[in-house]
Amino acid sequence: MVTIDDKKLIAKEKANNPSLAKTIWREIRHDKMALISLVLLIGILITAYSSPLFIDQEQLQRVNFLETWEAPSEAHWLGTDDGGRDVFGQLLLGTRNSFTIGLSVTVIAGLFGLTIGLIAGFFGGWIDNVIMRIIDFLMVLPSTMFIIVFIVIVPDYSILSFVLMMSAFAWFQKARLIRSKGLAERELDYINASKTLGTPSWKIMFFEMFPNLSSLVIVNMTLTLAGNIGLETGLTFLGFGLPASTPSLGTLISFATNPDILQNKSWVWLPAALLILVMMLCINYIGQAVKRASDARQRLA
Amino acid sequence: MVKFIFRRLLVMIPQLFLLSLIIFILAKQMPGDAVTGAFMGNPNVTPEQVEKIREQYGLNDPWYVQYGAWVGKAVQGDLGSSYTHKQPVTSLLAGRVTNTVTLSLFILIVSYIIAIPLGIIAGRWTDSWSDKLIVTYNYFAFATPLFVFSLLMLFFFGFVLGWFPTGNSVDVRLEVGTWDFYLSKLKHLVLPGMSGALLATAGTIQYLRNDIIDTKLKDFVKTARAKGVPEGKVYTRHILRNSMLPIAAFLGYEITGLISGSIFLEMIFSYPGLGQLFIQSITGRDFTVTTAIVMISGTAVIVGTMLSDIILSAIDPRIRIE
Repeated sequence: MVTIDDKKLIAKEKANNPSLAKTIWREIRHDKMALISLVLLIGILITAYSSPLFIDQEQLQRVNFLETWEAPSEAHWLGTDDGGRDVFGQLLLGTRNSFTIGLSVTVIAGLFGLTIGLIAGFFGGWIDNVIMRIIDFLMVLPSTMFIIVFIVIVPDYSILSFVLMMSAFAWFQKARLIRSKGLAERELDYINASKTLGTPSWKIMFFEMFPNLSSLVIVNMTLTLAGNIGLETGLTFLGFGLPASTPSLGTLISFATNPDILQNKSWVWLPAALLILVMMLCINYIGQAVKRASDARQRLA
Repeated sequence: MVKFIFRRLLVMIPQLFLLSLIIFILAKQMPGDAVTGAFMGNPNVTPEQVEKIREQYGLNDPWYVQYGAWVGKAVQGDLGSSYTHKQPVTSLLAGRVTNTVTLSLFILIVSYIIAIPLGIIAGRWTDSWSDKLIVTYNYFAFATPLFVFSLLMLFFFGFVLGWFPTGNSVDVRLEVGTWDFYLSKLKHLVLPGMSGALLATAGTIQYLRNDIIDTKLKDFVKTARAKGVPEGKVYTRHILRNSMLPIAAFLGYEITGLISGSIFLEMIFSYPGLGQLFIQSITGRDFTVTTAIVMISGTAVIVGTMLSDIILSAIDPRIRIE
């Protein structure tokens, strides 16, 4: 039976150990840069994701040779590109596509890395040994080169295969991180108790071990999100990413490989470059705040 | 220690084997081979002749025989010949490797020259205004994608201000070996090198700052202070000696970053190195060259991480693996 005293105790306990979401919010509120970053990022994302409501995508992709390389004006806020397409509209769609892909890669790689890491950490022993040797090997591969090679040789290349290819090279770090924390966790009493009670391993891993590692996963995913967006736009910039029909921020920046455009038509690529820079900085500031929130020693709040 | 080095060398063998096997399988998946590439569209060569040449080159053998032959040749320095450049891959790569190594060394050295003092200042005077400035710069270096930063550098210093050349690795009109030749090389190196170096500092600054903050509260430092060692000496003799050594050892791990960085830097600054050749060979479907570059880069990383592990274990015996 729960007495009133117990209830009070539980409430007090809860107040002392606020949920991760609450701690993160408190931490962000106390870090001015993180707060500004959060507001800015949300603003950018809302504009980008709602853009299909007021931008006609077909109209945007239509080539109009009468209006090529127009400097910014009232009709085209950021001018037009080589096909007379509106740069501002492409910038919004590009932001949406780049962010979606960066996020998908982060989530897919996160889930995969989490599963592998939990398996290695929970079972330990030879399973852990085999998995770690494989990860050690994968980590020394020059990943950018391998992704590009895979993209070139894969038959019927699509956005899905691009996302999978990037994810395939993004999960090792996470698996390693989860595994090292998992190894420590599996020695704890609650895991042993659960084992003695006969709980199936997968249930212990995902419903008992995972919640205790979740803050670690969230921190890692926020910090790698920026990196994944950077890699996607970078690969698209080199011509090995999204097809031209799906504009990415990298597509706009790739115009700058032509020295004439780089120098004289900066309205095509410069906004996209600056937008990436701003987004990366925002995500990193938020990520650092999240990281501090998960580690009580570093908290500002 | 000898035992550890021996073990670490043993680990490298399966790694190199797997790397070569994966690259071989990928190469087989790439469309076309040495023979179809060389004779495609030539009306004077009949399909029977092509078949005969294929037999001669061993392209009809089972895969493991082909793999063995490929590795055997590669070990002897024969990496096949380039179909677009019409010359052996080895001689094609020689000049490119020198350029990429020069660029990478420049990046490494400059990034250490910038990062080490900054890391020490930030760690020693924590929460001072200079620390805050350095931490902000570190955030920036950590968050900025290399290709965006390089383009901005090229645009601003190369085109708007016109201080530095915007492409190639040297002014081709100059005579090789003259003073002007090397000066021009250095000038061409500055923009791509600085773009890489300014961002490469991120890891080192953060590591050094955190390590100094941790170390300066340790007992042996307190003892040194209590004995009356002057503050400057506490840092140079006691703290830095502990914090700096691992930095030298991380060198091998940096190779991975330098290789993927060189792809972007060399493409943006049209710097004729391995990274640029890699992209060119892939878009030109010259896959013998692609395969060779991936193999060389992979080997460089494997050897680099091995050296790093050995150096690290020499410094810190705790991390020796059994």
